[in-house]
Amino acid sequence: MASEAVYSHRDPMLKKRDDFEDILEERRNSSDLRYALKCYTPVLYKGLTPCKVSELKQMVLQSDQLGYVITQVSKEKGMTTDEVTGEAAAILEEMAQRLQLSTVRFFAFTLSKVFKTLFRSICVNEEGLQRLQQAIHNHPVVLLPSHRSYMDFLLMSYILYTYDLALPVIAAGMDFMGMKVVGEMLRMSGAFFIRRSFGGDKLYWAVFSEYVKIMLKNGYAPVEFFLEGTRSRTAKSLTPKLGLLNIVMDPFLKGEVFDISLVPVSISYERTLEEALYARELLGVPKPKESTSGLFKARKILSEDYGSIHVYFGQPVSVRSLAESRVNRSQFNLIPRHIPTRPSEEILSFVNDSAYRLVRAQEENMVLKPWVLLAFVLLQKQAAEDKQGTALDELTEQAVWLRDLSRHYGAFLHWPDHIPPSEVVSSSLSLHRGLVRISEGRVQLALEQVGGQQVPGETRSAITPEEELLNQAVVILSCVSYRNQALNIFIRPALLASAIHTAASNRKQEIYNGFSFLRNMFSNEFILCPGATVQDFEEACYLLVKTGALQINQQEVLITERGHRTLAFLTSVLDPFLQGYQVVCRFLCEEDCLTEKQFIPAVRKFIIKHLLTGRLRYIEVLSSDLQKNALAALIRLGAVQKIKGGEEQGTLKLNKVMLNSLEDTLGKK
Amino acid sequence: MSGFSDNIMRLSGRMLSQYPAQRDWDGKLTRAPHPGIIPTCSIVTLSDNLPKQEIMKWNGWGYSDSKFLYNKKGQAEFTGKRYRLSGMIIPGLREWMESTFGANLQHKTPAAPILNSSAVQPPTLNEAFLKELKSTGIPFSHDAEDRVFRSHGHCLHEIFALREGKIGRVPDLVVWPNCHNDVVKIVELACKHNVCLMPYGGGTSVSSALECPPEETRSIVSLDTSQMNRILWIDEKNLTAHVEAGIVGQDLERLLNESGYCTGHEPDSMEFSSLGGWVATRASGMKKNIYGNIEDLVVHIKMVTPQGVIEKSCQGPRMSTGPDVHHFIMGSEGTLGVVTEVTMKIRPMPEYQKYGSVVFPNFEMGVACLREVARQRCAPASIRLMDNEQFKFGHALKPQVSSIFTSFLDGLKKFYITKFKGFDPNRLCVATLLFEGDREKVLQHEKQVYDIAAKFGGLAAGEDNGQRGYMLTFVIAYLRDLGMDYYVIGESFETSVPWDRVLDICRNVKARIVRECKDKGVQFPPLSTCRVTQTYDAGACVYFYFAFNYRGLSDPVHVYEQVEHAAREEILANGGSLSHHHGVGKLRKEWMRETISSVGMGMLKSVKDYVDPNNIFGNRNLL
Repeated sequence: MASEAVYSHRDPMLKKRDDFEDILEERRNSSDLRYALKCYTPVLYKGLTPCKVSELKQMVLQSDQLGYVITQVSKEKGMTTDEVTGEAAAILEEMAQRLQLSTVRFFAFTLSKVFKTLFRSICVNEEGLQRLQQAIHNHPVVLLPSHRSYMDFLLMSYILYTYDLALPVIAAGMDFMGMKVVGEMLRMSGAFFIRRSFGGDKLYWAVFSEYVKIMLKNGYAPVEFFLEGTRSRTAKSLTPKLGLLNIVMDPFLKGEVFDISLVPVSISYERTLEEALYARELLGVPKPKESTSGLFKARKILSEDYGSIHVYFGQPVSVRSLAESRVNRSQFNLIPRHIPTRPSEEILSFVNDSAYRLVRAQEENMVLKPWVLLAFVLLQKQAAEDKQGTALDELTEQAVWLRDLSRHYGAFLHWPDHIPPSEVVSSSLSLHRGLVRISEGRVQLALEQVGGQQVPGETRSAITPEEELLNQAVVILSCVSYRNQALNIFIRPALLASAIHTAASNRKQEIYNGFSFLRNMFSNEFILCPGATVQDFEEACYLLVKTGALQINQQEVLITERGHRTLAFLTSVLDPFLQGYQVVCRFLCEEDCLTEKQFIPAVRKFIIKHLLTGRLRYIEVLSSDLQKNALAALIRLGAVQKIKGGEEQGTLKLNKVMLNSLEDTLGKK
Repeated sequence: MSGFSDNIMRLSGRMLSQYPAQRDWDGKLTRAPHPGIIPTCSIVTLSDNLPKQEIMKWNGWGYSDSKFLYNKKGQAEFTGKRYRLSGMIIPGLREWMESTFGANLQHKTPAAPILNSSAVQPPTLNEAFLKELKSTGIPFSHDAEDRVFRSHGHCLHEIFALREGKIGRVPDLVVWPNCHNDVVKIVELACKHNVCLMPYGGGTSVSSALECPPEETRSIVSLDTSQMNRILWIDEKNLTAHVEAGIVGQDLERLLNESGYCTGHEPDSMEFSSLGGWVATRASGMKKNIYGNIEDLVVHIKMVTPQGVIEKSCQGPRMSTGPDVHHFIMGSEGTLGVVTEVTMKIRPMPEYQKYGSVVFPNFEMGVACLREVARQRCAPASIRLMDNEQFKFGHALKPQVSSIFTSFLDGLKKFYITKFKGFDPNRLCVATLLFEGDREKVLQHEKQVYDIAAKFGGLAAGEDNGQRGYMLTFVIAYLRDLGMDYYVIGESFETSVPWDRVLDICRNVKARIVRECKDKGVQFPPLSTCRVTQTYDAGACVYFYFAFNYRGLSDPVHVYEQVEHAAREEILANGGSLSHHHGVGKLRKEWMRETISSVGMGMLKSVKDYVDPNNIFGNRNLL
């Protein structure tokens, strides 16, 4: 049943995962038109009272919840309730989806064509879809896909349509609305649009949350949204956003439904469409505003091979079982349920923990391709300033070693075991030939070519060292985005390895303290559930002991003979981040007055300087993602204080003593 | 589904005062306080030389002569002569039991037929107490049967153990005081000799209130109030009656009826439960909409405590004299003393009584209708809404129809509702109604209620359906015994909840029961059903029934208790109360603190500490 734990860290090797089926195979062998016009009769929620889109809006506008807020707002603003209701109706109009089957059929047809050109295969776990069908029948369902590409939600609906499952309504960012035709088409395929920020707008919040809740409670359609809030540009999972999760859990917490199923979905791309786009964005080239013409320009990508996509529908998670013995639901007994209240600490921490568990469940079932492991090796070589590159057979040996290690750590690795490793490696390299250069049997990252390829019209001679660095960084960050896909597998052991590395003794307690410090430092960077330090430490110890890298007794942690290679690798996994955070600390120590807005450009400049003078090895530190995370961590730890309100709004107040000491601790080798 | 009888909106009803209590031509009883009971049994007292346990089952519900069984033809039948259903064949019951529970007539689990006295532990007697008790002349007994009979209520685990012949701690002695003064003497002696007293009224508790605390080392004396069963006076000027607290509900009504009065207090257990028990548990009656619950009916209470007798100095209808001390007594569940005499409001017997029923397309509409009726404060004497499962259950209990004409009408009715009106037989539900008062007003009132019902899609469905609904109340406890003969165990429990949460609590608790049964390894889908039985201004009382086939389970009672516990947790999580009228006893004690807060607990505890510092009334209920 859905009550099973979302994840368990014990024995990741024993994790049972479903098999995949390629849905494009049938598309290549039968008519897309017939497929687009096929009979579509999905299983619906057993408690469903069917209603039309317009009735749905009426239900929202007439709900007690919204009614209460309308009265409140009309009193505050001195408007009549009719006027406020009018505003609410306008918000709803702007927001609401208009799901209609004909549009879905249109997408089914066109996407079939597009997918067949772009991808070799789209693999899904059919058992997961069967579980989903069951879940949809029994309870309101929330679909929670990982978010790496614009493709994600079209792909989701496409798969659900293919398997005759209920089509979801999808929370989408308002930026899509900029694309006139496409925006409306997305609306007709189930997207509803929400403003990116509406902080204090009570009315907006009320309309939005009531709209989502009503669709969910009535079983109108599965509700789909992205826990990470936005596409991850780094391929690392993002710290989950809690707003929507809070909303969809509310009907259960307040007893309005018996249970709600949350279904984590892991979508992994062998090659992301947005690969270079993300890298540029992270380096400070702002992302192009979504526009219809922009999307069509993307046509040129149609000629490329993007490998395969794996979509894994995870085990449905019952909100009821998550809440069991965690939340005292009777806390809602004393206030009428239609009156909006700020969620209690208990609820917030429950939602937060659940969100982390769900993101981990997504990470867990992400399919990793051999290339991801190659990216580890190539990046580490590059950072070691190995100009010659790696010999193919050495690369293969390292990849095979890493393959075995990652499998021991529970990675969902798609490594074709029936093919000789050297072939696996060379076919991976050829799919990503834009990023690597092979000459004379040696492989390295294609750092030099980039300038010519990506910036036509500019002559090479005109390139400044800074520009050259940035061009290299595009390749590095693209490559990093593959390496990052497997970071969640190694992060806990890597934190432990680094803690062992810096500790002055073998004492377990000291190593734990170091682990705890690093974990705390990097909890904005990686998915590390708040308050789970002990579990994470145990998990890391367990994995390293199991693979024979460590021996741990009551007081001491000892590295075994064969453990050195593993530990060296793991330490190097964390090293770019350690150095990155360190350099951010150093930057801040040297600054006097800085606003939040100035931070990214200034720190970037600082880092470029350090890279060019060779004081910093890792080009990937240029990623604004890392810089933002570092700042957030420093603010969380109290080393930096963000001034809110007043003249100095947004100014960063720096605690130099603390920053210095953090820099020292991070740099301790 | 086998139809709905009577014409829609036929104005029939009966003028109660015109008929003496007797059977009419088709065997229906016309002047029963209730549709189910035929009030022919006399008061069962020791003075009649007929010990209660001789006409009552020792290990099941109710009278020994009344029970469900499957006859040689495999048809269900209800024995005895006491009820409307008595002596009748119930053709649909077998199929309902088989299809609802997966029960099978081949798989029987018969009860131990007679009490094995040797299984009963010998009494721990306090000789000094006994010696002084003898000198008072108050009757007592330490006979095993007498003691076992008073050692339990009717919780599932209690009856299940008895049926298996398992006897736990039982009272060591039973005393039968005859009047208030006898009780004063007994309590004095108990205090003097440090004996534990447990008041016993009708024995219908479903909260483990009568279970002897296993940790009690003192001699336990069961104080049986059944001999204190007289109406001491009736005051027609103030419409009050002063009654001894041991009187049983049906006797009280019958005796008052003889003088043209009634209390109108009719809890479902009224055949057996006593006035003192009602006061001690805060009982609620079916017709509370007209007459009020016990707290509304009581004018004056006399209770004997270890600190002496507590009573008020006058019988004024309302007082502003600090917190009402009656409210320490009502709901004290035998932890403070023995209620001996009560002055209660009485009313002239109603002139006219009429049953009715309404079919709704679904439960949601039914609840909305009840809410509207409550909003307009026009609830009939009783209004109850059964869910679809219970509606089907009610139909399974329909006795064999005697004429082709009736079954033809039934068929026609069914056709009208399901085909013509488009009601889904698996979703529709029924409200049963009881109107009481003078004829004109009843008819007017009836119209008002049916008009409201119509706004919620309700169709009047005749008197018979209504009447059968109320009959179900009385026989359902007997049905549990039948179920237990065939591997089916079950129980009912209740709560009260604000209106806006009624639908949510019904859905969630029923679903929780189903899920818990599955998780706990129950092999068959359980029966999980509910009804809304009372309406109030601010909420309603909801009753859940839950039963399952336990074949394949090694410890069915434990599973049952786990599921019931989970269901109660679900009730509390959904804004329901710990109890509406069953009380707390020992079964629901664990939730008292979160229910009334620590300060509330402290208040109750300090009253207990003052009134009974040595825990003479040591049944350990409530706190």
